Amino acid sequence: MPLAPANTQIEPLKDNPALARILSWNPSAVEAVKFDRDELSIYIDRSHIREVCALLRDDSRCPFNYLADVTCVDWYPTEPRFEVIYHLLSIQGKERVRLKVRVDGSSPAVESVVSVWPAANLFEREVFDLFGIRFTGHPYLRRIQMPEDWEGYPLRKDYPVEGYR
Amino acid sequence: MAHMTPTPVMDASQDRTMILNMGPQHPSTHGVLRLLLEIDGETVVRIMPDLGYLHTGIEKTCEAKFYQQVVPLTDRIDYLCPLTNNLCYVLAVEKLLRLEIPPRAQWLRVMLNELTRINSHLVWLGTHAMDIGAMTVFLYCFREREDVLRLFEMVSGQRMMTSYFRVGGIALEPPIGFLDKVKEFADRFPARVDEYENLLTSNPIWTMRTKGVATITAEDAIALGASGPTLRGSGVDWDLRRDMPYSSYEKFQFKVPVATEGDVFARYMCRVQELRESNSIVKQALDGMPEGPIKADAPKVVLPDREKMKTEMEALIYHFKIITEGFAVPAGEVYQAVESPRGEMGYYVVSDGTAKPYRVHMRSACLANLQALPKMCEGRLIADVVAAIGSIDIVLGEIDR
Repeated sequence: MPLAPANTQIEPLKDNPALARILSWNPSAVEAVKFDRDELSIYIDRSHIREVCALLRDDSRCPFNYLADVTCVDWYPTEPRFEVIYHLLSIQGKERVRLKVRVDGSSPAVESVVSVWPAANLFEREVFDLFGIRFTGHPYLRRIQMPEDWEGYPLRKDYPVEGYR
Repeated sequence: MAHMTPTPVMDASQDRTMILNMGPQHPSTHGVLRLLLEIDGETVVRIMPDLGYLHTGIEKTCEAKFYQQVVPLTDRIDYLCPLTNNLCYVLAVEKLLRLEIPPRAQWLRVMLNELTRINSHLVWLGTHAMDIGAMTVFLYCFREREDVLRLFEMVSGQRMMTSYFRVGGIALEPPIGFLDKVKEFADRFPARVDEYENLLTSNPIWTMRTKGVATITAEDAIALGASGPTLRGSGVDWDLRRDMPYSSYEKFQFKVPVATEGDVFARYMCRVQELRESNSIVKQALDGMPEGPIKADAPKVVLPDREKMKTEMEALIYHFKIITEGFAVPAGEVYQAVESPRGEMGYYVVSDGTAKPYRVHMRSACLANLQALPKMCEGRLIADVVAAIGSIDIVLGEIDR
């Protein structure tokens, strides 16, 4: 049961510091916007994610200098299958924003944001380990929770809860 | 789990350095943390943490459970602050459901969360001091921790895996006399903190081992995602309870202790002062405890009272439905963060409109704090690594999940 992204109108949200900054830089980087339960999600084009992150980090008005989390959701069997999710926090502006990148299931890969925030290192390794998404440019992309010789990616939806026996 | 890894993950190609394995059974790694240290004599050149020894796949298990069945799983993530985990999860689901929680439940949640913080900080202080060689503090801290655990047992029936909060409120009205017991504890606790401080704060051995050791700057701490006392010890004035309040924390008065040095001692001072602040929040919660219901008025989500279930047909039906089918949560996603004793604990819950969560992800404060460890220790002595691990207050259950 795939969850269709309920796209909200971009116009009323234009005052949001994060969205305004991205739109003024490159409007084509924003695929869609969702505002739900007081939380803003911005769908970013996959090829722009690292630049958008660097842009938001260095914003002088409301710097999103803190990467709270990187995770992933598997929408199997719909395509694009994966959503890689970044939760950003601005300590100065007391503001949160969620960035999302859609990745298709055949050969999932996203550019790593470790060069923007070193904090992404272990978060991205965990997503790689449990979802099998490759982060290009990651300094040390290896399994972190599962044993090195483990087969499959446990948090994918086509992986049984009891595991393979 | 790189114990399967055939080759060392670091390259000690130069003759000067060697690889030293620390953990996962080392007592100072607080559980099952394994560190690979590349050392030059006694000096640490590089640190590589190796995780996964406690990985139980809780995030995957959550996807197979009803929303209410996830609460006991959240206890097991961070076993030193079960109620903080409970709170963070139920807040996230309540946000998805757009539920209003009655004030009495919110006050009780705040009070129990601060008791949890005291409990967690006491374990941290005792073990951290013991790592560095101060045995006595451990016994003092565990004396008070036992009191807190007895309070938990009284209110929830469990010492550690409390599972006391429910989506929509709390499980039961606290037993008669519980609030008096909490008051007794809160009244005598500040004097006990003085005792710990007498043993440590101006103790020359303690200050020699902690001052100027394992320093980290504010910029590095932010870039590495550190939070909680690890961040505040570096001079960043950031506490989610004050800056992004939840569960009516905005109605409480408390100071956020900040230290600027960024060393082990600064983090120690932050936590010890937090003990006092938490105690003052507990007292405020006791003084202002509102009367009223402890569960939200949402019969489709919240289990009916036991008495009603036995006398009213409708209540019995709802009880049966919730237990057998769970309750459906409207589709959507939320990220809820709370200030756990270790920093920003976040739950990201995605719902697809059914009675089971589509995805539950826990943002672990310890995982991010652990990334700051190499920055703190590289270029310092091996003994300082032990002090640094203690000072970031690590819980492996939360890191590996």
